[in-house]
Amino acid sequence: MTWDEMAPLLWESTWQTALMVGWSTVFTVLFGLPIGVALVVFDRGGLRPLPVLKSVLGVIVNVGRSLPFIVLMIAIIPFTRLVVGTTIGTAAVVVPLTVGAVPFFARLVETALREVGSDVVQAAQAMGASRTAIVRKVLLPEAMPGLVAGLTVTVVALIGYSAMAGTIGGGGLGDLAVRYGYQRFETLLMIVTVVLLVVIVQLIQSLGDAVARRLSHSK
Amino acid sequence: MIQASGLHKSYGETVALDGVDLHVREGEIYGVLGRSGAGKSTLLRCVNLLERPGRGTVTVAGQELTALRSGELNHARRRIGMIHQHFALLSSRTVAANVAFPLEVMGVARAERERRVAELLDLVGLGGRGGDRPHQLSGGQKQRVGIARALAGDPAVLLSDEATSALDPATTRSILDLLKRLNAELGLTILLITHEMNVVKSVCDSVAIMAGGRIEESGSIAGLIRTPGSRLTREIFPLPEPAPAGSVTLTFTGDPQRPVVSEVVREFDVEVSILGGSIEDLAGGAVGRLRVALTGEAAPALAYLRERGLLVEVAR
Ligand SMILES: Nc1ncnc2c1ncn2[C@@H]1O[C@H](COP(=O)(O)OP(=O)(O)OP(=O)(O)O)[C@@H](O)[C@H]1O
Ligand SMILES: [Mg+2]
Repeated sequence: MTWDEMAPLLWESTWQTALMVGWSTVFTVLFGLPIGVALVVFDRGGLRPLPVLKSVLGVIVNVGRSLPFIVLMIAIIPFTRLVVGTTIGTAAVVVPLTVGAVPFFARLVETALREVGSDVVQAAQAMGASRTAIVRKVLLPEAMPGLVAGLTVTVVALIGYSAMAGTIGGGGLGDLAVRYGYQRFETLLMIVTVVLLVVIVQLIQSLGDAVARRLSHSK
Repeated sequence: MIQASGLHKSYGETVALDGVDLHVREGEIYGVLGRSGAGKSTLLRCVNLLERPGRGTVTVAGQELTALRSGELNHARRRIGMIHQHFALLSSRTVAANVAFPLEVMGVARAERERRVAELLDLVGLGGRGGDRPHQLSGGQKQRVGIARALAGDPAVLLSDEATSALDPATTRSILDLLKRLNAELGLTILLITHEMNVVKSVCDSVAIMAGGRIEESGSIAGLIRTPGSRLTREIFPLPEPAPAGSVTLTFTGDPQRPVVSEVVREFDVEVSILGGSIEDLAGGAVGRLRVALTGEAAPALAYLRERGLLVEVAR
C-alpha cells in the first residue's frame, strides 16, 4: 500500500476517532461531573449527607467501572438502540463510550473534589454560602487542576475504548489498524496508525498537563 | 452580643462540650483559653452553628441562631465574621476575589463589590495587593486577607480560632494590633480562641478558661485578677505553685510603681523577703504580683495592704 492510498484512510479514520472521542467527552462531562459532585455532596459528612443515595450511586458507578469495556459495549446494545435508533456507526458508538467513561470520570471528579480542604468549605459555610454556591464557587474552582487532570486521563481512556468501539461500526484508527493491519497484513499502515495514536495521546496529555499547571495556583 | 446557654456537644463517646454558658458583651474582646482538646474550637464552631450543639441555645446579636432554618441561618451567618488558623483562602481566586466572595454570596452588585473590596483591603493594610494570588503573600498578609474577607459582610461579631498560631511573634503582634484597632474603630465584638497567654494579656477584656468541655472560670480580666485563687492570675504570672505555706502573694493593679512594700516595712514592725514576682502589661493596664515572706507583726501590715487595694493571699 502506498502513501497515496494510506493518506485518505488515515485522514478519515483520525476524523472518526476525533468525532467519537469528542462527542463522548462532551457527554461524559455532562453526566460524570454531576455524579462526581453528588458522590461528594451526599457523602456522610458532606454538604448534604444522604448516605443511602450516595451508596446506591457508588454501587452503580462501581458496576460500571468493573465491566470490561468490550463486555459493556455489547451488553448495552439494546440501550444504544433505544437512544440512537441504531447500533452501528459513529453516533451509536458514542453511547457505549459515554456509558463506559462516565463512572470512570465520576470517580476522578470525586477524588479531585475531596482534595479541596475542608477548611475552605467550612469558611464558605461560615460566610453563609448556600450549598449550591459552595459547589459552584468553592469546590469546582478549587478542584479545577485535578478536574482537568482527570479529564485528560478520561480522554486518553476514551481513545483506547474508541479503538474497540470502532470494530462495531464506528470506524476510527483502531478499526483501521484491525482491518488493514491485522486482517490484511498491511504492516506499514499498522505501524503508522500506532505512531499516530501515540502522538495523539501524547499531545492530549501534554495539553492537559499544561492547562492543569496553569490553573494550579497553590504553589 | 453572644449568649450561649447550656451547650452540650458530643462526638460518639467523646463529650466535647458539657454544659457551657458563654456571655460576650458588645464591643469586647473575649478570649477562650484551654489545653488541647478542652473544647474551645467546638465552642467557637457552635457560635455560628458550623457545629450544631446537641443541647443548648445560641443567640448572636439578638437573634437566636439555634431556632433558625438553614436558609435563615445562612443569612444570619453573614453578620458573623470568622478567621481561621490556616487562613482558609481560596487558591483559585485573587486576593480581591477572596475578599469579594462573601459579597458575591450576599448578591452585592459588581461595582459596589469592587468599591467595598478596595476599602477593606485598605483597612487591613493591603491596598494595591488585590491582584495577587494568596500563595504570593506571607502568613501575616494572608491573615489580613482573611480578616478583610471576614469584615466584608459588615459583621457585628468576629470569631477567631487560633488566628495567630501559625504566625511568628512579630506578625502575631501586628495582627493583634489590627484586631484591637478594628475593635476600637468599628466597635467589633471579637471572640477569640488561643492557647497563647500573650494574646490574652495583650488584647482581651474578658476570658473564659476551658477544661474538659466546661468553662472553669470566666469574667473580665480585671475582675479575675482581683479574685482570690483565680486560675487566670496563676497562669499569667509565673510564680511557683503551690505557694509555700505562710507566704503572702500580693496582686496590685493600678500604679505598680507605688512603693507599698517599703511603706509597709517603714510603718510596721515587719521584715519582708521577696520570693518572686513580676509585672505584666495587660490590656487594662499594668498588674504586678509579688510573693513575699513576712516576719514579725504580719497582721496589721496585711490589713494595711488590703486597705491600699491590694489583693492579699496568704498560703497555708
Ligand atoms: N469532628 C469531630 N469528631 C470527633 N471528635 C471531635 C470532633 N471535633 C472535636 N472532637 C473532640 O472533641 C474534643 C474537643 O475538641 P476541640 O477541637 O473543641 O478542642 P480544642 O480545645 O479546640 O483543642 P485544640 O487546642 O487542640 O484545638 C476533643 O476530644 C476532640 O477529639
Ligand atoms: Mg481547636
